[in-house]
Amino acid sequence: MSINKKFPILHTKINGHDLVYFDNAATTQKPQVMIDALVEFYQKYNANVHRSLNPLADTATQKYEETRLVVADFLSAKKQEIIFTRNTTESINLVAKTFGRGFLKAGDVVLLSIAEHHSNIVPWLQLKEEIGIKLEYISLDKNGYLDFEAAKKILDNKKVKFLSIQAASNVFGSIHDYREILKLAKAKNIFTLLDVAQIAGHESINVQELACDFLVFSAHKVFGPTGVGVLYGRKDLLQMMPAFLGGGEMIDRVLKDNFTSAELPHKFEAGTPNIADVIAFKSSLDFIKNLTWDYIQKIEQELTDYLWQEMLKLDFIDIYGQNISGRHLPIISFNLKNAHAHDVAEILGEQAIIVRAGQHCTQILHESLGVPATVRVSLTIYNTKKEIDILIKNLKLIYNKFKV
Amino acid sequence: MDIYAQNIIDHYHAPHNCGRLTEPKLSSSQVNISCGDKIVVDVKIEADKIKELKFEANGCAISVASMSLLSDYLLNKNKAEVLALKYQNILDILGVPVAERRYKCVLLGLLAVQNIILKAENQTERTWDDLM
Ligand SMILES: Cc1ncc(COP(=O)(O)O)c(C=O)c1O
Repeated sequence: MSINKKFPILHTKINGHDLVYFDNAATTQKPQVMIDALVEFYQKYNANVHRSLNPLADTATQKYEETRLVVADFLSAKKQEIIFTRNTTESINLVAKTFGRGFLKAGDVVLLSIAEHHSNIVPWLQLKEEIGIKLEYISLDKNGYLDFEAAKKILDNKKVKFLSIQAASNVFGSIHDYREILKLAKAKNIFTLLDVAQIAGHESINVQELACDFLVFSAHKVFGPTGVGVLYGRKDLLQMMPAFLGGGEMIDRVLKDNFTSAELPHKFEAGTPNIADVIAFKSSLDFIKNLTWDYIQKIEQELTDYLWQEMLKLDFIDIYGQNISGRHLPIISFNLKNAHAHDVAEILGEQAIIVRAGQHCTQILHESLGVPATVRVSLTIYNTKKEIDILIKNLKLIYNKFKV
Repeated sequence: MDIYAQNIIDHYHAPHNCGRLTEPKLSSSQVNISCGDKIVVDVKIEADKIKELKFEANGCAISVASMSLLSDYLLNKNKAEVLALKYQNILDILGVPVAERRYKCVLLGLLAVQNIILKAENQTERTWDDLM
């Protein structure tokens, strides 16, 4: 059975055209197994978790904790090191507002890159306003990859206390040399956070090997539901950190004048969590596991190379970045020479080709590219070469339409 | 009906009233941050009426064509008439069925012009929602 049969939305039509979903870097579509798991929860064992002693709550709690185990396994982490949040953004905010506030001080340098998503910039800008940390940014090389030499220079010369970078760019699709940069930081006892939002659905991640202190991603970009984010944190650090939000679930004792926090991981999960979506997320991870990374990577490699090969043949577009084979996601960002990104996305949309136009939450990066907006096409396992051909054909039509 | 009618594309390629005015003039710039669209508008108002208007824009076909068509429409209109314009009026001037998700593209120019007038009169400037 071809893989796209497992994703019901892929069989919808828009304006009579078959849906071509090319916005997977924003969010992926969902396999039927995950949708089933979500429905099953509400139909069969909806209850609050960790609270009441009753059989329904037992099942809900057990399933909720099962997902935590599966996520721990997915990252080669321990169960207590996995915190469920709402998304990548909340995971990074949690780290900046607890670890950052608690263990960084005025003048300490937090090192980011100019390609970071706003979610990995704004929490640090907030901390800068609040306690006076300094920010430095790793530049990109001409191909759109983090410049290793530039990173090394900053790490060697500045008082860097914390490194927070992405593993891959959501605009270029470049998979950075993140392992090497983490290693460099570790050797200098710098704390590290790795944003794997873009690669989590594309290659396996092992926090033991990476030896990062924190790692974050969103379920909705890896065939999972919206509303679930993951924060991996090193156990000893999570234990030292103050709690984030206060309320039920995260406390041990509450007295009139003070409280003690619950043990990990509950300390960081205040209030009723997103039980249904966390439970359903397990099926997404099982789905990936059953496909195997070898299979996923083989398909994606073919798609990436074909996409780039066909796009490079078009002489009327500007492409940002480079596809260095084997180090690239099936993503490409570009502009037509004679039409604005929004107009391109609008016209493709009429043909049921779903792409994103804009700045993709990376204003600093777009500033450095010197363009107000780009069109981004991002693929995943259920896309096909035939769909790429449809895209190319339509880009030619748009170019001709806008020709003077 | 195609929103990228030839008329819209013609205005995009060769907008009317493009450029800057010399002093004395009133100006305003407006950006649509989510799209990266930018516009600068200069006007000269005499006897309560818009006598001259020029603009420079960096944006999509819809925002540039909207401002271009609007710039012709606005000449010799009085301030009250300009301030009374809303989203639907611009859609009527455009004459193509633009989806509401492009409302900022449609309104970029109008917002800039209305805020020039409001600023000169020391009144509160408008935001996108005020024009919907
Ligand atoms: C690299 C990267 N980091 C962070 C995020 C933010 O993810 P979320 O919006 O799910 O918090 C994204 C999503 O676009 C991303 O691509």
